[in-house]
Amino acid sequence: MLDTSPNDPGTTLPHAAGVGFKPQHFSEISTGDHPVKWLEIHAENYMVEGGRPLAQLRALAERFPISVHGVGLSIGGETRLDPDHLARLKHLVTWLNPASFSEHLAWSTHGSDYFNDLLPLPYTEATLSRVCDHIDEVQDVLGRRMLLENPSSYLAFEESTMDEVEFLRAVVKRTGCGLLLDVNNVFVSANNLRLDAYDYIDRYPHEAVGEIHLGGHDEDEDEMGAPLLIDSHGRETADPVWALYAHTLTKGGTKPTLIEWDTDVPDWPVLAAEAGRAAAMLESLFAEVRS
Amino acid sequence: MRQTVRQAMTQQTFITAALTPEQPVPDGLITPDGRPASKRFDVYRNNVVVSLKEALEQGFPAVQSLVGPVFFAAMAGEYLRAHPPKHPVIALYGADFAEFIDNFAPARAIPYLADIARLEYALRQSYHAADSQPVTQSALSDPLLFTRAVRLAPAFAWLPSAYPVTAIHRLATGTCRDGKTVQGGAEDVVITRPAYDPIATAFPAGTGAVLDALASGEALGDAAELAPPRLDLTRFLTTLLSGGAIVAINEI
Repeated sequence: MLDTSPNDPGTTLPHAAGVGFKPQHFSEISTGDHPVKWLEIHAENYMVEGGRPLAQLRALAERFPISVHGVGLSIGGETRLDPDHLARLKHLVTWLNPASFSEHLAWSTHGSDYFNDLLPLPYTEATLSRVCDHIDEVQDVLGRRMLLENPSSYLAFEESTMDEVEFLRAVVKRTGCGLLLDVNNVFVSANNLRLDAYDYIDRYPHEAVGEIHLGGHDEDEDEMGAPLLIDSHGRETADPVWALYAHTLTKGGTKPTLIEWDTDVPDWPVLAAEAGRAAAMLESLFAEVRS
Repeated sequence: MRQTVRQAMTQQTFITAALTPEQPVPDGLITPDGRPASKRFDVYRNNVVVSLKEALEQGFPAVQSLVGPVFFAAMAGEYLRAHPPKHPVIALYGADFAEFIDNFAPARAIPYLADIARLEYALRQSYHAADSQPVTQSALSDPLLFTRAVRLAPAFAWLPSAYPVTAIHRLATGTCRDGKTVQGGAEDVVITRPAYDPIATAFPAGTGAVLDALASGEALGDAAELAPPRLDLTRFLTTLLSGGAIVAINEI
């Protein structure tokens, strides 16, 4: 385990609203007056030698705290972490020195193949021990604490012997990592697996949370006509997810909060307005605590 | 109580089923009612294929424009199943897509399609290549210039084609609307990257020999002797210089 104080959330992101950076918003982010106080990037998009994306990132990093969010480490994978990919990540984190690094409780690589999706894993003693080994390795190589994000689930594994909150609690205890609490993912999974999202939030180890994600989902149905929610990051955060976020803030206090919008990316004012909504909720909680 | 302890499902089983629509959903994946998950598994089937198809669409827009979205989706689907990415840096996915197209029988009606894919991948590599500081025009005033060697920028590249791919690419991507037909034959395409946006420029076939000589450290004058007769050396040098392709001029 990495030697960190038990209350260190593993990040220096401000307890304010951020957005996932999209290149088409570069000018407006750089020059405009807006509620966005920090930015998140997908690590893999910047694992290149040079060119415009890196130049934009260098410029943004001078003005905003940056959160590096990995999508390709395959922490939940059966096979060992790809040492080449870990080295690419180490290089990025070393030169950028971001305010935070996070990854997913999922797998995406098998053998030498990468599948560009966050695939699910059962929650058992065996997978717990593997995930913890991988997180230990990442934290050792990067020399910093990482945050682990809860997934969106569409199905369950018959072989699971513990629930997700128990699993995440055990990971935090064994590795000392922090958590990235994706409130939309909690809402999506709770609907799809018919669990109580509020109970999930109530049992969650909020003291380990270093960042919150909000984002939009799509609505579909399974073959029995039951509602099936799909984590799409392609629209506004739904009202019931904002309500769950408000509940999360009352349980865990203010946290750096990110709006994720990765497909059908809107014009900047729409994204900035979503960030403004999160900022207003954080502000009102600050005000409540002060009074 | 379960009567038997279920064997852990391997990730190989999961991904094989996700990539093969005709395969059944693996045992052990269930709905909240405990029934086998079928449509729910399709979410993963869909995500894996769609996200890689979108990466190929973004990486090869001219190829898609030439064959149309339906043909492209079918071709991309076959490619991504046979050649999934070997690393998570999707910006560099598709290095062997051109080679795949070479051997993809339904695409034979468009003989230049693979070269268009080669050009698009080379442009993408140039876009992400290391930055460099080019020499200025004044470097050309060196009286011994033709005895000097040059160092080429990491974002510089060239590739040969038996077809006028530069013009075809411009038409297919809509960056040139002044003609509906493309004429010409073999060419060597030179890729330069002034600042951040790569540019493809056509030169007569055989020009690549000059560039290979320069890349291997031969003097400018010696390399120029390899130029094909139709090469306009002034235009060629201007393209290299204005495109930031020369980062150093050295004594040999």
